[in-house]
Amino acid sequence: MTQIKVQDVSLGYETGAIVSHLSFEVKEGDYLAIVGENGSGKSTLMKTLLGLLKPLAGEIVFGDSLRKNEIGYLPQQTVVQRDFPASVSEVVISGCLSNGKFHPFYNKADKALAEANMKRMGITALKDRSYRELSGGQQQRVLLARALCATEKILLLDEPVSGLDPKVTMEMYDLIKQLNDEGVTIIMISHDISAAVRYADHILHLGEKMFFGEVSDYKKSDFGKLFLTEGGEK
Amino acid sequence: MSELFSRLSLYLSYSFVRYALIVGVLIALCSSLLGVTLVLKRFSFIGDGLSHVAFGAMSVAAVVGLTNQMLIVLPVTILCAVLLLRTGQKARLQGDASVAIISVTALAVGYLLMNVFPTSSNVSADVCGTLFGSSSILNLRMAEVWVSIALSVVTVLVFVIFYHRIFAVTFDENFAKATGVKTDLYNLIIAVIIAVVIVLAMNLVGSLLISALIIFPALSAMRIFKSFLSVTICSTVLSVSTALLGIFAAILLKTPVGPTIVAGEALVFVAFWIVGACMGVKKA
Repeated sequence: MTQIKVQDVSLGYETGAIVSHLSFEVKEGDYLAIVGENGSGKSTLMKTLLGLLKPLAGEIVFGDSLRKNEIGYLPQQTVVQRDFPASVSEVVISGCLSNGKFHPFYNKADKALAEANMKRMGITALKDRSYRELSGGQQQRVLLARALCATEKILLLDEPVSGLDPKVTMEMYDLIKQLNDEGVTIIMISHDISAAVRYADHILHLGEKMFFGEVSDYKKSDFGKLFLTEGGEK
Repeated sequence: MSELFSRLSLYLSYSFVRYALIVGVLIALCSSLLGVTLVLKRFSFIGDGLSHVAFGAMSVAAVVGLTNQMLIVLPVTILCAVLLLRTGQKARLQGDASVAIISVTALAVGYLLMNVFPTSSNVSADVCGTLFGSSSILNLRMAEVWVSIALSVVTVLVFVIFYHRIFAVTFDENFAKATGVKTDLYNLIIAVIIAVVIVLAMNLVGSLLISALIIFPALSAMRIFKSFLSVTICSTVLSVSTALLGIFAAILLKTPVGPTIVAGEALVFVAFWIVGACMGVKKA
């Protein structure tokens, strides 16, 4: 079932379009990696999918099963968060605010959901620790747990491994793959093309020439070959 | 010691001292609530800018001859708070630059008006009083006490009801917005609360020292406590107790109230900093 359908969309700011005539679609359970150089419009596309920006032209259609704010989001870390005094459980449960109706306080279901997602991400032991004291990989797990509180359907990950060391990077990729295997649709922005083709099943390559399709086709295309040999992978 | 207590109980028998204590505690409570949010959003100086705006509005009110200055000061300050927090997001003019422009303009216009249309014979004393709070907390009228109580209750209620949203908007505005939290609304609420707090706090510490009242308790609490809730609770406790002690100290030592409280806040901050460093909490 199609969750997001992007039709002939142009993206950018008032000053001009960064990406024009972009079309692709994401089906339930897909693992889409969005790759491309800096400035090719990856982050702009992500902001547009999240509804933080409006597309300049074209249309983004969300499937019946997906309300617009049912997208979980793993943002890149901001300066503010690095010294934010918040416990892990406070951060995780804040993902539950998206459930529509206004309640001033969290209810039992919210708390149970937060507990479950902390367990799923293996951070239950850290729940009373301060977010700012955690390592980069632990912080990413906290933010993933928060995103899972917001939705079970689809996650947008913005450079989920930037700043992580190689071992933690592998763990992070495995964790994301595991979520995908459990049925969560993944859209991941990445610099790392070799990891993208290893884990994802679809690739969207942004740039002067664009590619959208399955990973096997991407590997076969001249375009994909060019980038993959540069990336050191055959 | 017993002499000190008898003097205190004598002072407490005066209604103006009781009013000052009630209003002082309420102001300290309200102003510390949003400190954490403002510090973390890098808006520490917005309090300063807005208080200058309030100063300007107050002199306009004085010149026009309004008896109830709140009528003009509150709306003007709220309007500026909304505008300033808005530029922080859109960033056409940089946040700190717009705060600087608005605050110095309001300060200059306010002082200019007070000099061109003097309402009393001693303009410098009036200005000094407005800027440093001097003794206005000790000259409160019954009506002002009730207004302060009402505004404080509303402020605390709004903060409690929207506490989790304020947390979400502070921690990660983009995530909150993407998952359907009405971030613009909550930013607006934050702006309005700040404006109300500042107008209230002008009575206590004067317009130059308000920033201290807002950010010192939060900064001190952040040195030691690790969760948002504990930092918020600690900063309100700190703020209220320093305000109480400060008012007593000012009465007993015959020092100006506002600067006494702020000096106390600074001492507390240094103490918490040292304790935090010894405990090895990662610095904020």
